[in-house]
Amino acid sequence: MKAAVIVFPGSNCDRDLAVAFEQAGFETKMVWHKDTDLPEGIDLVGVPGGFSYGDYLRCGAIAAQSPIAKALTKHAERGGFVYGVCNGFQILTEMRLLPGALLQNAGIKYICKPVGLRVETTDSAFTSDYSKGQEITVPVAHHEGNYNASPETLARLQGEDRVAFRYTDNPNGSLDDIAGILSENRRVLGMMPHPERMSEPSHGGTDGAALFSSIASGLVSA
Amino acid sequence: MRATVTVMLKNGVLDPQGEAIRHALGALGFEGVEGVRKGKVIELDVADGTTEAQIEEMCEKLLANTVIESYSIALG
Repeated sequence: MKAAVIVFPGSNCDRDLAVAFEQAGFETKMVWHKDTDLPEGIDLVGVPGGFSYGDYLRCGAIAAQSPIAKALTKHAERGGFVYGVCNGFQILTEMRLLPGALLQNAGIKYICKPVGLRVETTDSAFTSDYSKGQEITVPVAHHEGNYNASPETLARLQGEDRVAFRYTDNPNGSLDDIAGILSENRRVLGMMPHPERMSEPSHGGTDGAALFSSIASGLVSA
Repeated sequence: MRATVTVMLKNGVLDPQGEAIRHALGALGFEGVEGVRKGKVIELDVADGTTEAQIEEMCEKLLANTVIESYSIALG
C-alpha cells in the first residue's frame, strides 16, 4: 500500500498526515508541488492542511493550478483515492474534484477547537470502519470552513449519500452542517476537521484513527 | 493597457465581512446603511490588444471562483 502527501509552500499539516498514513500501514512519500508526476503505484494521495501559497487570492486557488494538480486530477480520474483535509479540502473544491466552495466562517473568526462530528455514511473507503451515526470528536482549525453549494448540488450530495460527516454543533455556518463530502465515485473525500490530529492516544483521543484504518483495510481486502 | 476585474460574492451568498462593516458603520453613527458587500479589485497591466475574452478566460480559470463569486471586467 502506497500513499503520497503533496507539499505546497505554506502546507503545515503534511507531516501529521504522513504519520497517520504510515501508522495505518501505508508506505508514504512526500511529493513537492512542482513535481509533474506522482510516484509509481500510488493508491492514496493526501492533500494536507495549511496555508498553501499564503491563501493568496482565495484559499487553495493557486495550489489548484500548481504542476502537481494535473497529476492529481489524473489519479482521481483513474479511480485513485484522494483525501483532502482543511486547506486540502479547499484545494479539491478549487480543482473541481469536489463540488461547492468553502467561504469565510459565518462568525468571521478563525476557529480552533475540538468539535463533534456525526459519521453520516459508512459506504466509502474512508468511513467503513466507523458505524453509521457514530459521533466522534476531532479538532477543526480554520477561517474559511463555511461549506457552500447551490441548492441543486446540495440535493445531489444528499440524494447520493455523499455527505460523509456533519457537525453535531455547526461552528462555522456550513450549509446543512456539512463537514466533509465525497466525490461521485466515492473515492475522493474532502473535510475541514483534522482526524490526523486525533489519531493516537498522545493527541488526547483516537477518534480519527478509524478513517485511516478504513482506507487501509479496504485496500488489503481488495 | 489596463484591465480592471471586480470580483464579488454572488448575491445570496452570505458575506460576513460585509455584515461586520455594516455594523461598524452603524456604531460610528452612520445611519441608513442597509447593506454592505465586500469584494476585491484586481488590476492587470496587459499587452495592448488583449481582448475581453482573454480576460474572461483568466477570470474563469483563476481570478474568480464562479461557484460563489461573480466578476465584471473593465478595459482601458
